[in-house]
Amino acid sequence: MESKAIEKEARLMKGNEALAEAAIRAKIDAYFGYPITPQSEILEYFSREMPNRGGIVLQAESEVASINMIYGAAGAGARVMTSSSGPGISLMQEGLSYIASAQLPCLVVNVSRGGPGLGTIQPSQGDYLQATKGGGHGDYHVIVLAPASVQEMADFVFDAFRLAEKYRNPAMILTDGALGQMMEKVILPEEGSLPKKTPEWATTGKPKWRERNIITSLFIQPEEMEKINLALQKKYELLKQEVRYEEFQTSDAEVVLVAFGLSARICQKVVELGREKGIRIGLTRPITLYPFPEKIINRLAKKIDFFLVVEMNAGQMLEDVKLSVNGICPVHFKGRMGGMIPSPEEVLEEVEMLLEKHSISHDMEVK
Amino acid sequence: MQQPHEIIFAGFGGQGILSMGQIIAYAAMIEGKEVSWMPSYGPEMRGGTANCIVIVSPVRISSPIITRFDSAIVLNQPSLDKFEPAVKPGGLILYEKSSIIKEPSRNDVEVLAIPALEEAQKLNKKQVANMILLGAFLEKRPLVNYDNILKALKKVLPERHHHLIPLNEQALLLGKQIATAENMTV
Repeated sequence: MESKAIEKEARLMKGNEALAEAAIRAKIDAYFGYPITPQSEILEYFSREMPNRGGIVLQAESEVASINMIYGAAGAGARVMTSSSGPGISLMQEGLSYIASAQLPCLVVNVSRGGPGLGTIQPSQGDYLQATKGGGHGDYHVIVLAPASVQEMADFVFDAFRLAEKYRNPAMILTDGALGQMMEKVILPEEGSLPKKTPEWATTGKPKWRERNIITSLFIQPEEMEKINLALQKKYELLKQEVRYEEFQTSDAEVVLVAFGLSARICQKVVELGREKGIRIGLTRPITLYPFPEKIINRLAKKIDFFLVVEMNAGQMLEDVKLSVNGICPVHFKGRMGGMIPSPEEVLEEVEMLLEKHSISHDMEVK
Repeated sequence: MQQPHEIIFAGFGGQGILSMGQIIAYAAMIEGKEVSWMPSYGPEMRGGTANCIVIVSPVRISSPIITRFDSAIVLNQPSLDKFEPAVKPGGLILYEKSSIIKEPSRNDVEVLAIPALEEAQKLNKKQVANMILLGAFLEKRPLVNYDNILKALKKVLPERHHHLIPLNEQALLLGKQIATAENMTV
């Protein structure tokens, strides 16, 4: 009986396709994008599906054009998104800064690949700092969600729009080529289940009963610009209530891995392998990268021996973990770069090496 | 099925490596199991070799990317060289006979050579060699119900190729028979 029900609802989909299908079900008004591996399936999927299901899909002449189309459409109150990978996301930074300053909701998806430069098309997490620290000019942040499964690639589209619209702030889904390309079982969110109404600030023309709405990021008077900045900072403070994370076997852990996205999937395996060997190991997975789950990391720091941060980069989230730990316990790092993926075995080896260094006895009685 | 089963499918692009993996993944999903299908999409694919990792599990799958496998289904020599050492002791290496010059040397794993290309040519369609291998694999490791494989075939094969479903089914059955015969002789 149960398998019958699953047959009906569950689909086997690529991460990129699940994300695009979820966006259609979130009733986006428009998608503007430019193809780049490893996320071209998103544009392809929209091109195939959107004409029959409502909404505009447009292949822009460049990523710079895409993000400015997003700026315009979001200003008019439309639910809009774009997607790209590292090199294209870099081109979008100017526009993102404008959108953040003008306080408009939108979704930007980064299916990361190995950099810097044109780099490689293999998966990477090398865009963490760009995503979480603003990326463009000025004091701003985008809300960053990091899925770790095809299911979350779909679900987080809804979450991203919900947050973006609640806080009038651009949101980003930061994922990678592996999650975009892999297939898993996914149960898609229900079509039209994300409420939508035209916001009162949208530039939809001037009716008699109110003043005209203006969307701009130019506030030439410094006093005025400072006010905008203060409002932004207040908003980011408020955003902290949206922190999300997931924990695996941390309650009795002596060693805690911190990893997001694909690395967190690999680290789940490390926890499984480590526990088989009697190592008291757990994992904390930040789901929102901005706002960062600093409180839980800080709380754990007081009761464990050390953290090991695992990323597919040279140590970017590592900085946020260290700030959260604030010197309470040691924070180590294991990373691979340039599109290479760490294997669970090599991470476990690192854990064992560190345990030896910290000379913590393995609890061999644990079966 | 108590344990996850971790499989690597590897060979040249165009041999149907990715679809073999998709069919098993789809069939397992129909049965309510957890599945993941991770393709190689990078430069190695453009250079000619393709592979995908499929995990079928009764419980939530942790890493979709792994380096040790319960089974390897191999369709060319470079893939055998690469993945032979990655098969767990007691695991299975199943390969296309005519595509391999240097046979696997390990004796702590089960090794099975299937003349899939030769048999596919007899069916006048060398493209179904992958289905013969898949049939043989499922005979050896019945991870999923055979009926669900047939359902999955309809999902994975693009509609324009649906007239080839009977031929694919024939190839799957042929593979099963070859593997059964091998069992007898061993």
